[in-house]
Amino acid sequence: MAKNKKMKKTTRSNLLMFGFVIIFWAVIQLISLTGHMTSKLNGLLIPVCAYMIMAISLNLVVGFLGELSLGHAAFMSAGAFVGIFFYTTVGAALPKAAAVLISFIMGGAAAGLFGLIVGVPVLRLSGDYLAIVTLASGEILKNVLSALYVGKDSAGIHVSLKDQFSLGLAPDGKMLVKGAMGIPGIQKFSNFTVGIVLILITLAYIVNLKNSRAGRAITAIRDDEIAARATGLNLTHYKLTAFVSAAVFAGFAGVLYALNYSSLVADKFDYNLSINVLVMVVLGGMGNIFGGMIAAILLTILPEMLRGFSQYRMFIYSIVLIVMMLFNQAPVLVAWRQRLVARIRGSKNAPEETVETADSSYFEEIREKNSDDSAKEGK
Amino acid sequence: MKKALSLVLTAALAASFVMSASAAEVIKIGGIGPVTGPAGIYGSSVKNAMEIAVDEVNAMGGDIQFELQFEDDTHDAEVSVNAYNTLKDWGMQILGGTVTTNPCIAVGSEAVADNMFLLTPSASSQDVIDTGDNIFQVCFTDPNQGLASADYISSQNLGTKIGVIYNSGDAYSTGILNTFLAKADELGLDVLEPQAFTDDNSTDLTTQVQACKDGGADLIFLPIYYTPASQILKAASDMDYEVKFFGVDGMDGILDVEGFDTSLAEGVMLLTPFVATATDDATVAFVEAYKEKTDGQIPNQFAADGYDVVMALYKACTEAGITADMSASDVCDALKEVFTSDSFSVDGLTGSGMTWDASGAVSKAPHGMVIENGEYQPMD
Repeated sequence: MAKNKKMKKTTRSNLLMFGFVIIFWAVIQLISLTGHMTSKLNGLLIPVCAYMIMAISLNLVVGFLGELSLGHAAFMSAGAFVGIFFYTTVGAALPKAAAVLISFIMGGAAAGLFGLIVGVPVLRLSGDYLAIVTLASGEILKNVLSALYVGKDSAGIHVSLKDQFSLGLAPDGKMLVKGAMGIPGIQKFSNFTVGIVLILITLAYIVNLKNSRAGRAITAIRDDEIAARATGLNLTHYKLTAFVSAAVFAGFAGVLYALNYSSLVADKFDYNLSINVLVMVVLGGMGNIFGGMIAAILLTILPEMLRGFSQYRMFIYSIVLIVMMLFNQAPVLVAWRQRLVARIRGSKNAPEETVETADSSYFEEIREKNSDDSAKEGK
Repeated sequence: MKKALSLVLTAALAASFVMSASAAEVIKIGGIGPVTGPAGIYGSSVKNAMEIAVDEVNAMGGDIQFELQFEDDTHDAEVSVNAYNTLKDWGMQILGGTVTTNPCIAVGSEAVADNMFLLTPSASSQDVIDTGDNIFQVCFTDPNQGLASADYISSQNLGTKIGVIYNSGDAYSTGILNTFLAKADELGLDVLEPQAFTDDNSTDLTTQVQACKDGGADLIFLPIYYTPASQILKAASDMDYEVKFFGVDGMDGILDVEGFDTSLAEGVMLLTPFVATATDDATVAFVEAYKEKTDGQIPNQFAADGYDVVMALYKACTEAGITADMSASDVCDALKEVFTSDSFSVDGLTGSGMTWDASGAVSKAPHGMVIENGEYQPMD
């Protein structure tokens, strides 16, 4: 009976998530059709979609696998650079739809591959060590991409990690990747519907994975690694599944994001971005995909909302962030909210509320611990 | 409950985005640049100077009245595009920005799509003006600075063996270096292998200076900003290395580095379009106004560029007969014609007789300066 009720709860919350994304899409279409769309809102749509995908995918690693990754932006970067490189070179000759589709596939594959390369050695570590190593691998990728020069002339493609001269380009040559300047001259492709479809694909995959055999194994590793190993689970396999899947979707997000701008620089994907995405996940509640999505929307548009405060903008943003974190996670306020909910519902069903906001009490503990840590690091 | 609350909050936020701009009697100029963050000094300099210039224009009481709104972009292309969209919603007709290069390239393509006139004070890369024919610069392009430096060093016989130290992670530095090397090669200058550093290892540049010393350089070309340049001057002095230094406009500011012994900068040469100690009336008045506005800060080259942006726009708007009720696209077409016409020239703080060609690059003469007794002196 209890199990049955819980099942229904999961289904309901899954439907709520898909429904929310579709309603989000519908509301934006409505605003756009009735002519109320502002340039500001319009310009924010694609970044919002990209960060939602980032938050959902990072939730797989941080929320379900229970490993702290500080290098999620690197996968976004890997996807963006490979996808956009294809898009601006080979893709230029293809029909736009095909070019975009293949760019997404290439970007996702590249990010997945990078995830695999990083993941195999790195997932032997856990906790703080894993966080540091993922942070470092992200910085390595950023620095390598910042130093990468690629040019093309009649003799073929030239690559250098030094400077533009070492390429030895013929006069008819064209620079494709310009080191710190990244990839310039991207033919923009920004389509909100494509972003929403990508979010739905990400959601479908991750919700499915979570409820599958592999998903149970992944959460088992999170809850007790030794017990999971003792039951004969192949830890490396399941850890890699979660890590690489998250990387692939971050790659998609990267391509989606980069297609929205006319130039792409590696500097954007630094540890600040990784931490920002982590803050979204933590604010939404680790393991809570829906919360992560809402937090991604809020944290992306909030700095733009606060432009009225001019130079105090980021200061106010930080304060709002702290207040939101406290409201969402501080034990006293959580208890207060639960009492409030109980009073409104007219019964003491606090335990059910816990089921809705988090998956287990263990989770509550690491969430508190980490939200403290990341709040410090984020600033 | 939490979800419902989140939904309501999101809806409220979304609703506040939906609003329309109102009409006005003044010409609306937008500015974008980093006012906060590590590059914050550049944006705030330009912001202050633009505000001073707009006040001056409005005080003249002519037909042309400006209103300025300056948005922060934290030197991030994504935020810069958001700032641009915010300004568009505000009703911006002309964009006087953005301040830094990478954001300017991203915003530039938006401006091209909207046919919005863009005059950047200080985004100096060639890629900026290559974005479209409505993008113009007040500063030199990086390649031009490289060309001018090589020309200057060659024509004045400043050095026989030239060492170069540059920032390989910086578009500004590599942009100047690329054309400097090409031009130096053409002029037959003897240039040593360039020594690179990045922002992450710019605190100790002894190795790079040592390499120049070992190579026997008697002149070191520094296409970099003044903070790492101060490290290089110190390193050279510490190893008793008698050498001449030649910098570009990023060197301006070297005398104001905190904790830096300015006597080390004696004899440093630099090519710069603006010096705050110049004695012409325009510069003196501007420095005075800037000090008053900022509690005694000395304006740098970015500030002068920002001032010139507004003054150039003022002159162009007057000549083109721009009125406040024109659409941004009409303004753009009219200004484009004025800026590229042969008769249009502006006397600004950063150069007299500035003219523009169709590419959007400015043409003005750089001043060779040398630091003597802690002050800039003209070299020729």
